[in-house]
Formats: sequence, structure tokens, C-alpha cells
Amino acid sequence: MDLRGKGALVTGASKGLGAALAEELVRSGARVALVARGADDLARVAARIRASGGEAHALPADVADKRAAHAIAGAAAALVGPIDLLVHNASTLGPVPLRPLLDTDCEDLDRVLGVNLVGPFRLTKIVAGAMALRGSGLVVHVSSDAAVAAYPRWGAYGVSKAALDHLGRIFAAELGAAGVRFLSVDPGEMDTEMHAAAMPDADRAVLPRPEVVARRIARMIRESERIEGGARLEANAWTEQR
Amino acid sequence: MIPARWPRENALGERLLAIDPRARSFRDARIADLPALLRPADLLVLNDAATLPASLAGRGPRGEPVEVRLLGELSSGAFRAALFGAGDWRTRTEDRPAPPAVEAGARLTFAELSATVEQVSPLSPRLVELRFDRGGAAFWSALYRAGRPVQYSYTAAPLELWNVQVPYASRPWAAEMPSAGRPLRWELLLELRARGVKFARVTHAAGLSATGDPALDAALPLPERFEVPAATAAAAAVARAAGGRIVAVGTSAARALEGAAAQHGGVLVESGGETDLLIGPGYRPCVVDGLLTGTHEPTANHFALLHAFAPAELLARASAHAERSGYLSHEFGDSWLVLPG
Repeated sequence: MDLRGKGALVTGASKGLGAALAEELVRSGARVALVARGADDLARVAARIRASGGEAHALPADVADKRAAHAIAGAAAALVGPIDLLVHNASTLGPVPLRPLLDTDCEDLDRVLGVNLVGPFRLTKIVAGAMALRGSGLVVHVSSDAAVAAYPRWGAYGVSKAALDHLGRIFAAELGAAGVRFLSVDPGEMDTEMHAAAMPDADRAVLPRPEVVARRIARMIRESERIEGGARLEANAWTEQR
Repeated sequence: MIPARWPRENALGERLLAIDPRARSFRDARIADLPALLRPADLLVLNDAATLPASLAGRGPRGEPVEVRLLGELSSGAFRAALFGAGDWRTRTEDRPAPPAVEAGARLTFAELSATVEQVSPLSPRLVELRFDRGGAAFWSALYRAGRPVQYSYTAAPLELWNVQVPYASRPWAAEMPSAGRPLRWELLLELRARGVKFARVTHAAGLSATGDPALDAALPLPERFEVPAATAAAAAVARAAGGRIVAVGTSAARALEGAAAQHGGVLVESGGETDLLIGPGYRPCVVDGLLTGTHEPTANHFALLHAFAPAELLARASAHAERSGYLSHEFGDSWLVLPG
């Protein structure tokens, strides 16, 4: 996907992978709308991108809020033009420290599914119809190896990411012929706030920086025409050597 | 005609009056019958404008209640808007009290936004150009928090934004939903696509259908912003060459296509800007062969446009039939397909 002049919408863009990926997309020529709950962090990311000559707009919102979803999609398209690339990066672990499923409150599972699954579903529903009419568009789900492996204590998060992967596969089966592509990407472990919250004892020094992973994912997006629709990919496999 | 007061559950089951201007006949059908009414190589042109939260409740310069309905953004960054007095959508527009008199420089305030009147139209003191106190993401976020969809007194309850979006909405340009596309579920669009029907898009800033101000209503539709992408001009040429019919979904899509062609010697090319083209009796379409549209009262602006696509005698008979048969009108109502067989 040639990102030059394209409209992109990135959720969870106030820090970590989302912020780094937004910067990479702008570097590839995209105009980006950034979404996250934290207005101050988000404004800082947008300002940093604008200071380097790119176009970025901060839209503080909670992706789990139904009313906010229409505001996000409408405001983003007003600001950056038709959305050609939608990156669902926002996600929540649920309460930390992580806990076994039997200790997980139903309300907490509900909230995790709201942010990690229903929120992306709703936003895609609002945005992808116009992509299908135009005959092109890419929706990226940021997944996790917890979507595939059954790690104890990662229940709510793992369930939500497994469902998100499958959401992408079914959307791809329905809309692939109309030119809308869906990819799930597992970024692998990274040195982010979320990682520290999930695994406070991990040695951060050995973890890759989100900027490095973001470069790989941006490259994957630029080369996404080569990837089978609905595919699940690992960012680590998408290195500069390819 | 009886208005539909709320979106209905089964869009594909909504009624469709299929009118053939060539055969001078019509018959009752359903939205789900569209695949049988369209042919491979026909081109459906849809208006992908999302509907704005265009109604803002606020206060005039002396604290008087005022409702602003945004008609659309101008190239200057100001908004064209119509002003209404006290009350809301529950009162018929023609019964609403007049808005406070404003002149250039007057300030209107809303929950967290404010705007300055830049110009008052000679057409009506209720038609103004407004400049908001902020732009960019701050403006759009605030507008979506403060604004509501425009709606009329025949609707049953307050509408949410998701009640007034077509299933392929993109940029928020429309003051009111380009409602002809509302019943087109993706299930149906994908089936049409699989049968070889082609799709293209325009973006057209559909304005208000009524304001209750006779001087202003007589001038509707006002000039509206539109965009015809290169891919749409190319798709129209391909459809034409393949013997397909070009079907505008909605009067706004028809106005975009014909308005674009009118600015380029009758030829559809990639274009954008504002069009003031009025399509009505005596107008000979350059691009559009037929259209899918709502069920309109014979007195409505939108009905006048149909006269460019079918003889008056046929439209009068169709209208009488629709009335008799209980077709529902307005944005959540039943549909007409005016298309030569």
C-alpha cells in the first residue's frame, strides 16, 4: 500500500507501539488521525509529528464508547480524508497483576472485550463500508502471541485477541473480493508500559524498542498487497532483510 | 403520503416502486428485488458523504435560544448555516419562532463552542455564514460532542448519528443523510457486485430539505460542495461503452454527476467544487440514466428533480399509486427506482 497522501487512523496512539507506528506511517507519507484516552500524551505525539513536518491530528476518545466511535470516524475523515488504513492498536490487559480466569470478574472480561474486540468491530463497521465502495483499504489488528498460546493468567486478554484475529479472518472472507484487506500482526514482546504492567519482573534491557517493531509493521503495511487477506503475521518475521 | 417515523428493522423488505419511463409503467417491488432490476454493467453511483451532527442548540447575542443547522463547510473554512428560533425538532419547522435577528459580527454560543456570524444572506436573514472559534481536531471533536443529527417533527424520538449514516459513509459533508442509500445493506451490495453490477462514488454535501422559511425553502437546494473522483468518471465511461445504465443513488448523487458534467461541457471528468445546478422539468441529463430515490411528496424539491428522468404524467400516476398503496415517505421511507428498462 502506497501510503503517500493516504488517510490513516491509529488507535492507542498516545504511547508505545501506537505512537511509534503513527510516526512511521507519517514518515511513509500518510496523514494520520490519532486516538487514545489520554489527551495530554496524545497531544504530545501529534505535536511531535507536526514538528517534524508531518500531518497528525489528536482525537482523544475511548474506543469502547459507542458514541465516540462515530465521532472518531467522522472527525478523522474530515481531517485526513477518506480512511484508507485503520490500525486497531488500542488494547487493555484488564486488571493487573494478571490473574487466573476463576479470579477474573465478569465485568473485567466485559471491559477487556469492549476495548479489544467490540470497539475495533464497531469502528471497522463504520469505516470499512466506504473502503469497500472505493474498492481498497487495509485494516490492521494488533494481536499478540497470547491469541494463540494459552498462557495462564492471560485469560481475558488472550480471549479478546484470539477473537480479534478471527474477526479479521471473517471480515477478510466477506470483504476481500471488494478490495478491503485485513491483517493481524503479532508485534512480539516490546519494552512498553503494557509489557511492564503485565510482566513487572522482566528485564527491560533485552526487549526490543517499540520504534523498531513499528518500522517492521510499517514496512508490512507498505507491502501488504503481497500478503494473503486475513493473514496473521509476526512483526519479527518482517525484518529489513526481506 | 405517510412519513416513516423511524428506521425499520428489515431494510431489504422495504417497498420499492420500480418505474420504467421508457415503457411508461411501474410496478411494486422490494429493495431485495434490486438484483433483478439491475443488469451486469450497470453502474450504481453512491454518495459516500457521512451525515454531520449538524444541529447545534445554543444562544444568540443577547442570550436568546437559537438552533443552528449547518448546511456545509465552505472553501473559506466557514460554515453555511440556517438559524431557527426557540424549540427543537419536535416543532414543525414552519411553526418555529423566528431566530434572533443577527448581523455580521454577532456571536453565537454553544455548549463548548462559539461562532461568529461572518455574513447574513440576502436570501433570508436566517441564512448565515458562521466561523467557529477553533479549527482542526479541536473543532471536530467539539462538534461531535455538541451536535445532534438534524431531524424533523415526524420522527418518533431523538435520532443518534448511527441512525442517519449510509452503510458506506466516509467524510462528514452532509447536513442530512443522503437517504436513498440507507436501505442498501452490504449483503445486497455484495450480491449486486457478484452479479457484475459496478459501483462508483461521489461525495456530495447534501443540504437541508426544508427550513420552514418560505423565502429560503424556495431557494433550495442551495449550491452544494461535491467531488467526483477520476475513478468514477472512468467507471461511467466504461459503463457507457458496455451498454450499462448509470444509476444515481439519490438526488444528491445525481446533482454531483450532472453538476460536474455541467462545469465541463457536458462531459463527466474528475472534478470538485460547488455546484448550483438545478435539475427539474426540462433538464436533459448528460450522465445519469436513472435514479434510486426516496418516496417524495409531489411538492418536494426532490420530486421536481424526477421530472428530468420521467414524464410528468407517469410521475403523477406513480405518485397517486404510492399514496393509495401506503408507501412511506421521507428519509426512513420506501424507495423509487426511476430507470428505463
